[in-house]
Amino acid sequence: MSTINQSGWKPEMGDVTDTKPATFTGNRALMLEEALIFEIGTAGTTGVDLAEPPKVASRLGGLERNRAIGLPGLSEPETVRHYTRLSRQNYAIDLGFFPLGSCTMKHNPRLNEKVARMAGFADVHPLQPVETVQGALAAINQLAVWLIELTGMYGVAMTPKAGAHGELCGILCIKAALAARGDPRGFILVPESAHGTNPATAAFAGFSVENIPATPEGRVDLAALKARLGPDVAGVMITNPNTCGLFEKDMKAISDAVHAAGGYVYCDGANFNAIVGRVRPGDLGIDAMHINLHKTFSTPHGGGGPGSGPVVLSEALAPFGPLPFTERHADGRYTLVEEETVGERHPHSFGRMTAFQGQMGMFTRALSYIMSHGADGLRQVAEDAVLNANYILRSLEDVLDAPFAHSGPCMHEALFSDDGMAEGFSTLDIAKGLIDEGYHPMTVYFPLVVHGAMLVEPTETESKAALDQFIGALRSVAERAKAGDPSLKSAPHHAPRRRLDETLAARKPRLVWTEPEQAEAAE
Amino acid sequence: MRYLPLTQSDRQAMLGVIGAKSIDDLFVDVPAEARLDGPIQGLPNHASEMAVERHFSDLARKNMAASHHPFFLGCGAYKHHVPASVDHLIQRGEFLTAYTPYQPEIAQGTLQMLFEFQTQVARLLGCDVANASMYDGSTACWEAISMAGRITKRKKAVLSSGLHPHYVSVCETMAKFTGDTLDTVQPELSANTDRTRLLAAIDDETSCVVVQYPDILGRIEDLTAIAAKAHEHGALLVAVVTEPVALGAIKAPGEMGADIVVGEGQSIGVGLQFGGPYVGLFACKEKFVRQMPGRLCGETVDAEGKRGFVLTLSTREQHIRREKATSNICTNSGLCALAFSIHMTLLGEKGLRDLAVLNHGLAVQAAERLAQIPGVELVNDSFFNEFTLKLPKEARPVVRALADRKVLGGVSLGRLYPGVSALENGLVVAVTEVVTAEDVETLATALEETLSEGVGA
Repeated sequence: MSTINQSGWKPEMGDVTDTKPATFTGNRALMLEEALIFEIGTAGTTGVDLAEPPKVASRLGGLERNRAIGLPGLSEPETVRHYTRLSRQNYAIDLGFFPLGSCTMKHNPRLNEKVARMAGFADVHPLQPVETVQGALAAINQLAVWLIELTGMYGVAMTPKAGAHGELCGILCIKAALAARGDPRGFILVPESAHGTNPATAAFAGFSVENIPATPEGRVDLAALKARLGPDVAGVMITNPNTCGLFEKDMKAISDAVHAAGGYVYCDGANFNAIVGRVRPGDLGIDAMHINLHKTFSTPHGGGGPGSGPVVLSEALAPFGPLPFTERHADGRYTLVEEETVGERHPHSFGRMTAFQGQMGMFTRALSYIMSHGADGLRQVAEDAVLNANYILRSLEDVLDAPFAHSGPCMHEALFSDDGMAEGFSTLDIAKGLIDEGYHPMTVYFPLVVHGAMLVEPTETESKAALDQFIGALRSVAERAKAGDPSLKSAPHHAPRRRLDETLAARKPRLVWTEPEQAEAAE
Repeated sequence: MRYLPLTQSDRQAMLGVIGAKSIDDLFVDVPAEARLDGPIQGLPNHASEMAVERHFSDLARKNMAASHHPFFLGCGAYKHHVPASVDHLIQRGEFLTAYTPYQPEIAQGTLQMLFEFQTQVARLLGCDVANASMYDGSTACWEAISMAGRITKRKKAVLSSGLHPHYVSVCETMAKFTGDTLDTVQPELSANTDRTRLLAAIDDETSCVVVQYPDILGRIEDLTAIAAKAHEHGALLVAVVTEPVALGAIKAPGEMGADIVVGEGQSIGVGLQFGGPYVGLFACKEKFVRQMPGRLCGETVDAEGKRGFVLTLSTREQHIRREKATSNICTNSGLCALAFSIHMTLLGEKGLRDLAVLNHGLAVQAAERLAQIPGVELVNDSFFNEFTLKLPKEARPVVRALADRKVLGGVSLGRLYPGVSALENGLVVAVTEVVTAEDVETLATALEETLSEGVGA
């Protein structure tokens, strides 16, 4: 079905299906092993040429570093080869389908990389006089205005560094708003299906966390939520669309109930991609929502960051938002509202969350993406993301258990469970089997409300052919798991590494490299 | 639209498989009153690649780029030369477009890189272990205070007056909500730090002392006595490094007894980028590792006995521990950590030490030259590549006047400490390897002229 040789040509060199011999290097053709820099570099090697330093009397306060640091160097060709070889041990969206649920692994346009690297943005210091950075401030302001338009909210805090930092921003706004009205409330309610960052954030900001149960349909139990609301509840944190891939139909009723009880509504915007351009959170009574620019707006994930998490705010919470922010004046000039003018311009601000102005390098990329799509294109983004997810859900529900398939269409991600696998086979085996098929697995074992959850988020940047091949592959792997194929238990077979011993890593943590003789001595 | 592969006939065929008449059927769970009928108002429609590029070029031209002018700004972000191969390598799609390495069998590239990064950071800062990065130095600073609180079960931190004021602000924001107490004052325009105050403030309620090294005015001080006093009282020493290149020349905080060392890694491998993304460094003594925030990469073996790397000790983290996690951090700064690590590998120990010596030498020369200007005094006794000048008048208008002359001449303390008259004449000047002798002469001339013209009088 998926063979690449469609010419009908047959190999003429005899039987080549014998076992693979070991190699001297441990390499296997294009699959190249790479040692650590500490094993191949030396302290005396360097890949940079520097000017001779001027001869001066040291003014280091007598604190000269005398002992060896232990930093190996490589020449430039060795460096390029080291990291190029490492890169080839990674799966990436550029290589193939990456349906990691709740992570929105969409194509990262290279135009965004190009504009972010323009010297006027990439080579500007955060503390330059504002007169010398008017274009940068204009770009931040333009993105801010468009995020407000896209969400139908009142204001936006641009500085949060990632999604969880954005959550913290929203929760601090809530805490500040409550403090301003002399109403200290101690509890934040979070659905069981929430991302781990939600309860962690609420706790980080000093709140106690309580769970809200879900209905059998996979949505927030409105009656249970209403029953818990009261004068001790500061607010709720709800992900919409939720982590089961469903739209919270009762969102407006939830918001109204929370507001009536004197609380605030935080929305985790990790899944905004499903509704961008089609639904505005501001119309659902949301008070604060972070937007992961590294999800919905295509800034690259970079192997775990950097992200960027601007937070859109309602009129009730906007006065409490953090410093600094850009302000556009009638004459077209931009300024930054910082500590100096905060008393006059933004007196209720809860303060600063980070040094400087936020993730400028992500702002330019996201702005480039939004401009490229425009209002019409973004609407199409949400539609195609949702269409692709439903296509996957309906194409696989006969072979995989889809616990909420009866709840109606899914949004941007399709959720399956491990129900129906052969004895001893689980979601992990399916994930590792998909690796052999050339895919990054979906999100596994999350959300926690579904046994052996498999959360598949295709995004809008996949072709139908790519989806069809994935559906075929997942079907094949699922059938092997149902049949109890023992080779699946030991998958992956074809990856740069077989299954890794995570228990050993945690029991005897080795977090830094040590010279072999030292490592032995420490045993 | 160039980023969307589905054709209209694909969409029709897929709707058929789903059993939906139209795309609207898939949004049926959205209440009718919340559904938008057409494209959102207030945004333009889609634009070509060329149109977008042109728009950004126009905006970019309205900014004064550091590399186009004599440039002397520091205070937490530094302009160093980044070798071309760094930016090339971080743009390899396998690094750029990978996710957090949750499936280690197909993420060994990122994981091995992180293991190398952790080792480099730990060694540079003089600690046993380091994590896989934080957002930036300022947020890492609060995380260190928060961690010290968990370890000591105390809620009072003593902050040095030399700590970057933005870092202080971030900590104050968080402390307001967590109920921690921060003992903090503003610096004096003097060669002396507030070590006497710090030593006196440490008591049996103190969770940690936080000292920046070199500090916001560029001063360098021995941390040994502060560490000893802190330990005497069961408190920890948190050191903050905003210019890691300095550690090629001066002792690591860990060598002087710091328990937790955090920093801003921007100056190695990561550009200025108007403030972000940067990369937070976080290192500590091994005995505290289970209280650390953030991701950690560890060594292990695979089923065939081959060495490999995985994310580990994740029972500290939010996705496992939820409200009991050590921090809420999830996404960190992986790609900037990669840039840091590549640049550090290119430098190696020799390159880093040479770079540090070069920075220091150029800074000493510049300080001597600028201090010759009538009325200008050098505040520091000690410094690395950044020092503070006391001008005969308020520095902030002077910086603006210098910018009018196309010189980005430093950071005025008035910008960092608005309204503090005792500091308003302070100008912090950073001199790295990108500064030429001609640049220093241009600054000196422009500064002398500006001062004699009565700007800001």
